Amino acid sequence: MSWAWLGVAPFFLFALMFLILPTGFLFVGSFQDADGNFTLNNIANLFQPNIVSAYWISLKVSAYSAIGGAVIGFFLAYAAVLGGLPRWIRPTLMTFSGVASNFAGVPLAFAFLATLGRTGLVTALMVKYLGFNIYSTGFNLLTMFGLTLTYIYFQIPLMVLILAPALDGLKREWREAASILGATGTQFWLYVALPVLLPGLLGATLLLFANAFGAIATAYALTGSSLNIVTILLYAQIRGDVLHDQNLGYALAFGMILITGLSNAAYIWLRSRSERWLR
Amino acid sequence: MKHSRIGSWIAIIVGALYFLVPLIGTFEFSLRLRRGEYSFEAYEIVLADPRFQQSFLYSTIQALVTIVFGVLLVLPTAYWIQLRLPRLRPIVEFITLLPLVIPAIVLVFGYLRIYNSSSWLPMTGSPRATDMLLMFSYVTLSLPYMYRAIETGLRAIDVRTLTEAAESLGASRATIMFRVIFPNVRVAVLSGAFLTFAIVIGEFTMASLLDRPAFGPYLQLIGANRAYEPAALAIIAFIVTWACMGLIQVFGHGARGSTPDTR
Repeated sequence: MSWAWLGVAPFFLFALMFLILPTGFLFVGSFQDADGNFTLNNIANLFQPNIVSAYWISLKVSAYSAIGGAVIGFFLAYAAVLGGLPRWIRPTLMTFSGVASNFAGVPLAFAFLATLGRTGLVTALMVKYLGFNIYSTGFNLLTMFGLTLTYIYFQIPLMVLILAPALDGLKREWREAASILGATGTQFWLYVALPVLLPGLLGATLLLFANAFGAIATAYALTGSSLNIVTILLYAQIRGDVLHDQNLGYALAFGMILITGLSNAAYIWLRSRSERWLR
Repeated sequence: MKHSRIGSWIAIIVGALYFLVPLIGTFEFSLRLRRGEYSFEAYEIVLADPRFQQSFLYSTIQALVTIVFGVLLVLPTAYWIQLRLPRLRPIVEFITLLPLVIPAIVLVFGYLRIYNSSSWLPMTGSPRATDMLLMFSYVTLSLPYMYRAIETGLRAIDVRTLTEAAESLGASRATIMFRVIFPNVRVAVLSGAFLTFAIVIGEFTMASLLDRPAFGPYLQLIGANRAYEPAALAIIAFIVTWACMGLIQVFGHGARGSTPDTR
């Protein structure tokens, strides 16, 4: 019996080699100078303008796409689960969501370029039938706004996949109990449904946020290196030490883990709160 | 009631448009290669490109090896946790979620520093070794999905009784694992496998930074240099994703009839 742990030793060795050690190396490196002495300089150096702006743009794209995806995803999931629509809608939506949430990376960038790029289908159709070019209004797909729009494509289905089970947990009896006590639909939503769903909603939004924050392939294929987001900056740093400071590169990575780690921790905490009601 | 149903339809229609319009746009764009008429020439060019064939083959092999290694790593672990070490479950679960927390680009940065050619384990020293490192990094990326799929499968069967029955018939550990447990969680393993395939086949970040000739970096290269071929490639990638997700559904449903408790 005392040798039972040997059965999980390969897994822990794997985790050590490919998760713990690599992350630990970057963590330690963020607090060292080039000679290996302890320093906080790398962290302080993160606050130079181009790095701060990279983090800032990344935070904005992630937050906007998470909120946009969460709002649209919520209405979609709500419509499919509780909206009183035909039965086939829900399984169809779930299948499509499974596909769309996995259709990310480089091909997604191609799809949006072909649709909303300068010669894309929607752009061309709008010129032809509505008589105006969205690019003349200042719209450009290769900007923060365009990237947000593209990210929302995989954020919506992700939200649907996370939220649909939670909406199942909203019990019909609650609605009946509320209406027997004289509550209007609005009151039911405001005082019963929303408080129950809110932790789950917020938690899922944080998960979408972290999901977008660590993404690079779509952004890189869409904008090349013209949009200064933190993953693209880190990519350039790994390729060619553009910051001219290896340890600053480690700190850049450490900052990313800190942000995704915090939002995931908050997600787990919120999820445990929402599970109290949604059993 | 009627009012709210209209709202539901609007939500579904908006969602469907967001999902379908880019696909229609991409498909239309991919047909535009010849001036003035629609043709499949972009697809012909892409499919005939030896770099397409090589990189697609490379990523397919990577995905298959990743799946085999991932199952060999996760299935015995999850089985053993269930049977003997339930107290370790939260720790193992936490570890399997880490790849969702630590961005892929950060992980591969760490690999490049720890396993570079002058380190104690030079996994970037030769192309074969780097292929292996890339495979390990894909196993890491797919860990959350693979673990959860297999764990769900194991929970649905009575691991303890099956193990004891097999033991009392004199089965060895390997026999129990591969001839008793594995067939019972085949469906769960398959759904983890197809998800892994969908993740690995177009993965860009790790393959690009480890400098391996995978499909993801090839897509990026074509995207930077050609006009209509990328749209054709996006449609092909979309079909592959569809196939993977569809197969998960097919196997999930098919198995429900034959062995009800593997769901």
